[in-house]
Amino acid sequence: MLKQIEGSHAVAEAVALCRPEVICAYPISPQTHIVEGIGEMVKDGQLKNCEFINVESEFAAMSVAIGSSAAGARTYTATASQGLLYMVEAVYNASGLGLPIVMTVANRAIGAPINIWNDHSDALSQRDCGWIQLFAETNQEALDLHIEAFKLAEELSLPVMVCMDGFILTHAYERVDMPTQEQVDAFLPPYEPRQVLDPAEPVSIGAMVGPEAFMEVRYLAHAKQMQALELIPRMAKEFETVFGRVIGGLTRTYMADDAETMAIAMGSVLGTIKDVVDEMREQGHKIGVLGITSFRPFPLADVAAALRNCKRFVVLEKSLAVGIGGIVATNVRMAVTGMGLKGYTVIAGLGGRAITKKSLHALFAKAERSELEPLTFLDVDWRVINRQLDRERQKRRSGPAAEAMLRDLGMVAAKIS
Amino acid sequence: MFQVRIHGRGGQGVVTAAEMLSIAAFDEGRYAQAFPSFGSERTGAPVVAFCRIAGKEIRLREPIMEPDALIIQDPTLLHQVDVFSGLKKDGFILINTNKSFEELGLGDFVRDWQHERLRTVAATELSRKHVGRPMPNVPLLGGFAAVSGIIRLESVIMAINERFSGKVAAGNIAGATEAYDIVRAEMEAARHEESTHA
Repeated sequence: MLKQIEGSHAVAEAVALCRPEVICAYPISPQTHIVEGIGEMVKDGQLKNCEFINVESEFAAMSVAIGSSAAGARTYTATASQGLLYMVEAVYNASGLGLPIVMTVANRAIGAPINIWNDHSDALSQRDCGWIQLFAETNQEALDLHIEAFKLAEELSLPVMVCMDGFILTHAYERVDMPTQEQVDAFLPPYEPRQVLDPAEPVSIGAMVGPEAFMEVRYLAHAKQMQALELIPRMAKEFETVFGRVIGGLTRTYMADDAETMAIAMGSVLGTIKDVVDEMREQGHKIGVLGITSFRPFPLADVAAALRNCKRFVVLEKSLAVGIGGIVATNVRMAVTGMGLKGYTVIAGLGGRAITKKSLHALFAKAERSELEPLTFLDVDWRVINRQLDRERQKRRSGPAAEAMLRDLGMVAAKIS
Repeated sequence: MFQVRIHGRGGQGVVTAAEMLSIAAFDEGRYAQAFPSFGSERTGAPVVAFCRIAGKEIRLREPIMEPDALIIQDPTLLHQVDVFSGLKKDGFILINTNKSFEELGLGDFVRDWQHERLRTVAATELSRKHVGRPMPNVPLLGGFAAVSGIIRLESVIMAINERFSGKVAAGNIAGATEAYDIVRAEMEAARHEESTHA
């Protein structure tokens, strides 16, 4: 059924259609509307056989999720930013124990400086935590990926993180096609755990493992992610059969066949990039797009195949590996090792900085002319940066940087529009 | 694609207005995308929300920097925020006020504008009258339907019924309808005046 609703509510409805049995969450922007929505559905009886547990922190949210998942309940939670960081120890435990928890990360920057706006720093800080990480381009894809996530998680006995851009998607009203309960039931069977705490057949979960087997257990985590590489495309096909819609799979290309320049990105910015590519195509530029839906596992072979015929690629990412450059870009470069391609890393949209068509036009044109620096920070104000660097050179007690830079901009607080 | 930017203050239902506008467009079978300016919204602080309406899927995710129309829910923002930033020439402007563009000090700015597209309506008063609260957002949508012709009043009413129920819905429908009628009448008058001048 077509609906015009907020992204968060679309996800809440989709999660409810997956018949979760335990939801535990702690509120944090921009994720809050999702669990609020599910909470209302539990309270008014629309979502039956589901316990909504208010917890005291994100660490507790993931710990409760671990307990309920181990007890055989289909379990969901959601978080963002500092909330994700606060639960990290339990996040690693969930994957290490092989528990198929599904969690939404409404992507938001990480402080300091504190910032509630969108970028991918939170999810990408957890790239090695052992969870599968899927990135949604639209609200339709966000809700679809949640349905797929439960099936994928339970098939592999591995937790799945569905990442959607905070505010840009979570707070956007747009058209979504909400599946029926029958469709979701046809796609997603009841949870049949691979391991479960059952008083009738007692087991212990969470052994201490010494040097004699730790490597082997850890390898298994990698092996499971490699299985996911096979499973995700199969499941995407199955999804298409049941719901009549195409979802992400591992990667997706756009106008890529004869492209000499490929723009690579994750999440909602792909929409803006596609609009730019359409306009540049009209002007005769051979440019295409590679969208990465599955960041973990990282589809090395698919990325290499998508870039096989291009001359250069531009990775535009909402994350920064401080001290080296890009996170997504580093992964992409590994995929194209030895292919002799020119690669550019562009850090953009950090902390909610708007990524505009105008800037992307100029950026891609510069890449075509081979004039782009290997590492570019899109639309930064160099005057503000240089003034601060100057201050620090000239004065030992130069004071807190963020406050000084805001003062230089003539602001006492964050920009409103 | 038609792009609307709504300026107001926290607590005036700016974000709700953009969302309802998107629902009204959706009810007409079109694609629409509404989103807030993503600030930490506080009562009284300047707030911006956006709505795009199109005949096909909307992929663009940048803020609306060159709007086709502006709805200004609080005229005191005119001297605090650059509300007109990027507005297309002859774009629609609807301001919540009982003053004229001249009285607001905007006479020079809109001198060459198509006059029909410049409208004011005292939406806060209409809201007080019909809903009993100073919430100008919904009456302004009625006024916007009239000045822009981009959506029908019936669609705004459908969106009101999706969002509210009972007395609140009825009051908002009355407010939106009266705003629509007022703006329509003013446009007629402006058209008449222009043709007499010509």
